[in-house]
Amino acid sequence: MIRETKLLSARFGQPQSWALEGFRKDGGYETWLKVLKDKRPPAELVAEVKASGLKGRGGAGFSTGTKWSFIPKGTTKPVYLCVNGDESEPGTFKDRQILELDPHQLLEGVGLTCYAIGAHTAYLYLRCEFALGLRRLQAALDEAYKAGLFGKNIQGSGFDLEVHTHIGAGAYICGEETSLLNSIEGVRPYPRNKPPFPAVEGLFGCPTIINNVETIANIPHILKRGAAWHAALGNKEDPGSRLWCVSGHVKRRGVWEIETGFRLAELIDSPDFCGGMRPGRKLKAVIPGGSSSRVLLPDEVAVATMDAPGMKQVNSSLGSAGIIVLDDSTDMVDAVLNLMRFYAHESCGQCTPCREGTPWVVKVLERIMSGHGRAEDLDLLLDLADNMEGRTVCALADGACWPLVSIVQKFRAEFLAKIRAPARAAAPAGAGA
Amino acid sequence: MAAATPTPAAGPQAGGAPSAALVAKLTPLKARYPHAKAAMVPVLRAVQAELGWLGPDTQAWVAQFLGVTALEVHEVVSFYPMLYDKPVGKHVIHVCRTLSCDACGGKELFEHLCSKLGVQRGGTTQDGRFTLKAAECLASCGTAPVVLIDNERHENLTPEQIDRLLEAAQ
Repeated sequence: MIRETKLLSARFGQPQSWALEGFRKDGGYETWLKVLKDKRPPAELVAEVKASGLKGRGGAGFSTGTKWSFIPKGTTKPVYLCVNGDESEPGTFKDRQILELDPHQLLEGVGLTCYAIGAHTAYLYLRCEFALGLRRLQAALDEAYKAGLFGKNIQGSGFDLEVHTHIGAGAYICGEETSLLNSIEGVRPYPRNKPPFPAVEGLFGCPTIINNVETIANIPHILKRGAAWHAALGNKEDPGSRLWCVSGHVKRRGVWEIETGFRLAELIDSPDFCGGMRPGRKLKAVIPGGSSSRVLLPDEVAVATMDAPGMKQVNSSLGSAGIIVLDDSTDMVDAVLNLMRFYAHESCGQCTPCREGTPWVVKVLERIMSGHGRAEDLDLLLDLADNMEGRTVCALADGACWPLVSIVQKFRAEFLAKIRAPARAAAPAGAGA
Repeated sequence: MAAATPTPAAGPQAGGAPSAALVAKLTPLKARYPHAKAAMVPVLRAVQAELGWLGPDTQAWVAQFLGVTALEVHEVVSFYPMLYDKPVGKHVIHVCRTLSCDACGGKELFEHLCSKLGVQRGGTTQDGRFTLKAAECLASCGTAPVVLIDNERHENLTPEQIDRLLEAAQ
């Protein structure tokens, strides 16, 4: 039976859940103060997070503790923490809940993470569209400073930590971790080549850890209750409790916190969660992990479990846990065109395959939508994808190809029906192969 | 674009330098980073909030303020959708156009606004009151369709509700 586990979202419903007073009443910052008081060896904290099995919640799903362990031992350079709150993967709206409803939970995680990796400066990067989230986070930060939880020689521990908010200006690419670094540095936010990895050479050329908001919000819980407790939540290979975002054509949309390992079909059908499809409609497709994941058909949804191994079985991914549910009223050619316009708009333009490929895909799809599609267009789309995927500095083009290719392959008949239909509108300009 | 070129937006020094009060607030931002240049995006957003947009004079002012060239500022301004290098109306409306909103009434909402305001995507009304833009995913897909008016989020909107919001945005 699917049920909610309220860890990260435990305080979301409380009045003034974003204020310091209530947070401290619920035991907030106790772990942070205890770590400082006991002068815990940082390596112990890194080991604890590594053993917890926590994986990054931003989309790539890399082990958080392992990432932290890449900071060079004995580095003489300053170490930075950047918190990625650029949340903009279509279908994803979970980090926003943490920022707006429990920002102190994030800040406690920021303190603990900085202590563990030896950082004395943290930048909290938020997309500028999060006006309310920024106000709540900034107010929480001001409260925390006033209460002596951040700053110089915190609580006499000898540990210094400065925490700053930093806003972006509306670019999806800035959620890519090296693009985020360039965005903070005030240059064009083109992703960087790796290696060097940010843990070795990141912000201002110094060792840097970039973690997603939800990832960091997990840290106080793990360090309070221990690695073994976390490792036992949900699926053994991909443990933890996650904020799942459901949007699209279900009766109830929203964010639910559930341990990994539940059945996707149950989330959609259960009256306690999504409550099934809209009246009179049937499930047609699900994009399970934000728009950059491969689409699932109803028979795949029926068997899919929501954890890394379960998604691997149906050849998709959990990504950022943004579940987009589409019913039988959806025109899949139009749906993939919508997504490809997103990627074409958000391509930063640095790499030729992505800069040229994503708008080309859009033109071909527009041609098919307008009734001027050609028999060879499906092969052309797959060929374009083949020339983008894995051929660029960052994963944006890959993220475009996965939904594109899976939708073309799984809904081939729908594309062919449009291509065979008589022309209905003037051919769009510039769509030549 | 069919719409008329709007008058530069609000603010007595529109298109020029920000007020002394804002400069006093921005100066400490530079100290947050090892290089002042890193304050670029936060400074540009704050200046834009006061002046409405970031014209060449304003960009030159920011360049001087941060100790960089005007070209370095322009490289950044021209990249981000939420930094405006052309004048906008007094109020800027962003309608989310990405899949979850599009599938739940976003498309209809956008068409409603186009016809109500008499503008197309990116256009500004004749009286300079509203600029209508489409935005990519605003991270509120569970409450689609979603609109930002002057960067504040409005959720689950019907055409009637957005009409009332526009009336309120004098």
